[in-house]
Amino acid sequence: MSTRVEKPRSAEVDRAIRLRLYQLMVELRDFEQRAYELFLENLVRGTSHLALGQEAIAAGYAVAMRADDYTFCTYRGHGHTLARGASMAAAMAELLGRGNGMLHGKGGSMHLTDVSHGAMGSYAIVGAHLPIAAGAAWSAQARKSGQVAVCFFGDGTTNIGAFHEALNLAVVWKLPVVFVCENNQYMEYTPIRSVTAVEHPAADRASAYGLEPILVDGNDADVMYGTALRTIGKARDGGGPSLVEAVTYRHGGHSRADPATYRPEAEVREWLSRDPVKRYRERLLAAGVGEAELSEIDARAQQKVDAATEEARQGAPARVDEIERQVWSDGGSAWRN
Amino acid sequence: MAELSFREAIAAGIAQEMERDPLVYFIGEDVGAAGGVFKATVGLFERFGPERVRDTPISEQAIIGAAMGAAMTGLRPVAEIMFSDFLATCWDMVANQVAKTRYMTDGQVSLPLVIRTANGGGTRFGAQHSQSLENWAMAVPGLKVVAPSTPADAKGLLAAAIRDPDPVLVFEQKSLYGIKGEVPDGEHVDQLGTAAVRRTGQDCTIVALAAMVPKALAAAQQLESLGIDASVIDVRSLVPLDTRTILGDVRRTGWLFTVEENPRLCGWGAEIASIVADECFDDLDGPIVRITTPHIPLPAADVLEDMAMPSVDRIVETVKGGMR
Repeated sequence: MSTRVEKPRSAEVDRAIRLRLYQLMVELRDFEQRAYELFLENLVRGTSHLALGQEAIAAGYAVAMRADDYTFCTYRGHGHTLARGASMAAAMAELLGRGNGMLHGKGGSMHLTDVSHGAMGSYAIVGAHLPIAAGAAWSAQARKSGQVAVCFFGDGTTNIGAFHEALNLAVVWKLPVVFVCENNQYMEYTPIRSVTAVEHPAADRASAYGLEPILVDGNDADVMYGTALRTIGKARDGGGPSLVEAVTYRHGGHSRADPATYRPEAEVREWLSRDPVKRYRERLLAAGVGEAELSEIDARAQQKVDAATEEARQGAPARVDEIERQVWSDGGSAWRN
Repeated sequence: MAELSFREAIAAGIAQEMERDPLVYFIGEDVGAAGGVFKATVGLFERFGPERVRDTPISEQAIIGAAMGAAMTGLRPVAEIMFSDFLATCWDMVANQVAKTRYMTDGQVSLPLVIRTANGGGTRFGAQHSQSLENWAMAVPGLKVVAPSTPADAKGLLAAAIRDPDPVLVFEQKSLYGIKGEVPDGEHVDQLGTAAVRRTGQDCTIVALAAMVPKALAAAQQLESLGIDASVIDVRSLVPLDTRTILGDVRRTGWLFTVEENPRLCGWGAEIASIVADECFDDLDGPIVRITTPHIPLPAADVLEDMAMPSVDRIVETVKGGMR
């Protein structure tokens, strides 16, 4: 099957937006790097799934979204949540299990959510959030609000039933939803190509739902931004859903427990050379943005992460009186009289 | 008061709430022009149109997922899962997503949604279309669970479920769809978390749910002729659970029998037995006895299914034997 690969259309992206894309990618990169360092200090408990190397997808879409659009993401969702404007300190504190965490310690790394910024949740069961995102899009359609739901998921999700159920429903109901497959090429520890019937796990399935196959370079922020504008615009204009496959690579393992030794060294080297942050920095320099301006962005991002880390570390442990709160809308957990 | 069938009462409950609140939407398989395979939603499509009463594909994960995404963003959806057995195909959505998201986000997300489903046996459909699965739902924190036994309760509890700000599963015992009963005229909204004392007796307490309630009442009548005066309590709502009503009656009678359609292990009656044993042991005059379906998949043939499910005769014999 022939699948069209989108070419960068960088000329269409103006300078302010490009600097915003760069800034966001650097912030997400630095946040994830810091989260990793805090594991090593044993301050981040439980598991954590870093999106190092996948920043261009989160940044490209977030910058193209309207403030009231909805983001649905996976357990690898720190970046997507932060990209919508959620507090970095609250996210870091949640990773540290602190009372000042985004979810007061009740969700953890895999469930970062900030509804006030349209970050409608990080979902830790593969595939679950695709139908849920379709539901948010259905609500937007019913309320005629003009909102769009964007749903990010990994390549492994394309082999689970909920992916197919959600796509079919979204097309049949012509819902304003964009499904974005972040194909980082490994389903946990297994190469996706070895367990999938088609070469491009999302794009090659698009035609089964009457959708255009969209295969893009997920490590190119300009491409991602352009793709986001086009697919979100189509959804907002009543054109229905899109399915995007953004090819990328995670720089680390699946989760903190995974040293990722199953990946050939040459492959890792090759992909590190396509690091979306470095690559975009070089592109901006070549386009005439000054080194000083970029270094200033770099320094500010570091400061932001430092401040967030400090605020998180200052937080008291999660409050034990939270345990029985917020099962129900009355704020409690009573199940009997 | 008008006499309605249980299925008419379901449609009336949904219609009442759709009329009142334009954010109430109803989705499911064959629920549109077909009016539902059990004809429990006839007329809604004609009355509210194809946008608010919407057919779905056979995609239970998409049905519940869509209802959840809609509920967290401003709608009040009612989703139908045709047979409760099919909840197994979307249990991730129900148990992991719908039930837990409010808690995990510490209240950032509210999920005012209703999942209606046809539940239970007595229809000779075999083990994959006859299960009593209310206990699955009861076991998951974050889900409210009701199972009405009369047309009036079907309408009133469904309306209450739709107005409730939390996810509610409504289990409609499918052998009850045809029964008739008085339903209050005008707006009728009941209260979740309340049991109903259907019969007040002096000698023992029989606690039952959904289709087991009419059986327990018939058994109580026979027991009366044997000199045993039984209370019959219709649990109605498993979560929240009205333990006050149950404990109050057991304290008075000193005997507790539960009548459960579910297979034996971990039925709702076991939780009630545990609470009663913990909190009014000294008031008991004898052991608590649970009357359930054996721990088997439900068989299809009429003689087998009738033998497996609690019957009026089995209730009478068990109560009589237990109190001897």
